[in-house]
Amino acid sequence: MDWVSTKATKYADVPYEEKLRLFLEVKNDPRYEDYLYGCYECGICVSACPSARFYDYSPRVIAQTMAREDVDRFYEIMVEDIWNCAQCFSCVRCPRQNNPGGLVTLIREVAVRNGLKEARDVLQGYSRVIYKVMLKGNQVSPDMLQPDFFPDWGPWVREFSANMDVWRQAIPADTMRGVTDAAWRTDEKTLRELYTIWFETNNIDIVREVDEGLYELLLDVMEEVLEEEEVA
Amino acid sequence: MSAGFVPVEEILDRKSRPVLRDPREAPTHDLREELFELEAKGELIVMRVPEPYVEVTTKFGRKKKIPIEHTWHHKSCGQCGHIPGYSASIFWLHRQFGLDFLDPTDQTSCTGWNYYASATSNAVAQLAVMSRNFAAAYETGYFPLIHCGTSYGHYKEAREQLIHHKEMRDEVRRILDKLGKPLVVPEEIVHYSEWVHVMRHRIAERKVIDMSHLTACVHPACHYYKIVVEDAIYDPDIYGAQRTATVTGLLTALDINVADYSTWFDCCGFGFRHVLVQRDFTRSFAVLRKIEVMKNEVDPDMVVTHDTGCVTTLDKSQFAAKAHNRKVGVPVLSDAQVAAMAMGAHPFRVLQLHWHSTDWRPLMEKLGIDWQRYWEEFQEDLDAIRRGEKPGLTWEDADQPIVTVA
Ligand code: SF4
Ligand code: SF4
Repeated sequence: MDWVSTKATKYADVPYEEKLRLFLEVKNDPRYEDYLYGCYECGICVSACPSARFYDYSPRVIAQTMAREDVDRFYEIMVEDIWNCAQCFSCVRCPRQNNPGGLVTLIREVAVRNGLKEARDVLQGYSRVIYKVMLKGNQVSPDMLQPDFFPDWGPWVREFSANMDVWRQAIPADTMRGVTDAAWRTDEKTLRELYTIWFETNNIDIVREVDEGLYELLLDVMEEVLEEEEVA
Repeated sequence: MSAGFVPVEEILDRKSRPVLRDPREAPTHDLREELFELEAKGELIVMRVPEPYVEVTTKFGRKKKIPIEHTWHHKSCGQCGHIPGYSASIFWLHRQFGLDFLDPTDQTSCTGWNYYASATSNAVAQLAVMSRNFAAAYETGYFPLIHCGTSYGHYKEAREQLIHHKEMRDEVRRILDKLGKPLVVPEEIVHYSEWVHVMRHRIAERKVIDMSHLTACVHPACHYYKIVVEDAIYDPDIYGAQRTATVTGLLTALDINVADYSTWFDCCGFGFRHVLVQRDFTRSFAVLRKIEVMKNEVDPDMVVTHDTGCVTTLDKSQFAAKAHNRKVGVPVLSDAQVAAMAMGAHPFRVLQLHWHSTDWRPLMEKLGIDWQRYWEEFQEDLDAIRRGEKPGLTWEDADQPIVTVA
């Protein structure tokens, strides 16, 4: 008897074939074979995992589920668990050389690529970082440190915010001095090359799945920059 | 007493016994052999570590070459953007030793944040971004020195993927062709803290601030030694090679007392997406599993680490915890900042301590550094910039140590 198909599942409204399709998308990633070699259920990964300590989350369950090819459980993990991982890779102390954090990365990528609602929800409020990474080639910048976004960092953020421009001028390194919208000064040619990479690897299409508005904005800016280059 | 009960004395006794491993059983795989084979087949160019370099021992005994100069500084966005004294200290140290290096503008970050936080990326895009940076370094003739622990860990993993997956390699080469760049892979992926490690005795020779009365806790950065574990530096004289030697090596060379604590293996709580949109996790983890444990067990004068997110997380998470009367209040610095501080770097022009939020003043006072005097000096700099008399600080303002050897 096929125990998988008779088991009560949490997301019974999603067809098994759809869950299987997503599972195979993860399993067929070329990195997959480097990340999973089977699982002893020893829990060594769990003992090292920061997210297991604070959430109902377990890298062991992820490795086990993938190794058993439990497609229904995989779907639950994809919807409920993956965004809890802190991507610290403490779990790679696994005696079987598994990389549960790496498996999480693969599952996340498939969730995003397929525009899963849960992935879109989780990444709300994330657009600014994606915008920075893709347009500036830097993921964080001084102008992201705003008091209303980091109130728990204390009065320091307010002091910083009031002085950002002059503090940035007061850094002796040429590449950083005065730069507030990126971490350092980057050549225009470098950014053009980066945009080419986003197009050539279809990375830009992934953004569309997460945030259509951001996608349109990025597309406009990048295409304009690349067209200018062609004209020149 | 239940059958499975083990008295705490016995656990402590077991923990105190060294773990003896047979070095002959260590994995000896050296990725560089495959790299050179691919180069011989004309698939890629291997960028050699320039002379002079120092050889160090990695986890399983492989010798790794760490270049001293002619380095291309692959900066970290988190360091440059939010803790600029970290990067400035790395450059300041190079300048103090008169070493040849390049701080490029033809560099993007690794974009690993897209990968680890939001997954709005894919493997080939990540490899192409890395390879574009390496090709840019190759064009200048300078060898990449990676400032960020995440970029370093990510690039080590990405290098393995590039070597082991021909279809990815072909795709990256096609993209680089479009950019007019060759596919270049450095012989070694080197983290700046490895450079600090091999420079530690030269740094100690130039020490002008006595630090022998300080106690520090080290937070080893996860992405430095947990991703591609075999490539981090280990030294039998440092924790019996049971932990990575970087950072601790520098601190002991500076005569600082490095105190152990029970949660050393734990991450800092950064979490990539968590530090931005789920900071309750980040704060709780940083405080409950790191800072408070250090406070309770050793009460250090400072925490020293060697990665971007760790400095930010451990430093910035302490404010909210203080409001809850948790035991916090330990300044957090990078190894490069501590090295520069020992050699007399200006606390604000170089170390840029005003970007740190946990109170660093008691540490300055314990070191006998009159921070108020330097803060006033720095305020004059800022006023001159505000008045338009100075376009900004330069190395001319920052190179001079605050204390010089008599
Ligand atoms: S990478 Fe994720 S699963 Fe692994 S230890 Fe860190 S938080 Fe846990
Ligand atoms: S993934 Fe590895 S460490 Fe985790 S339970 Fe399985 S075998 Fe053990």
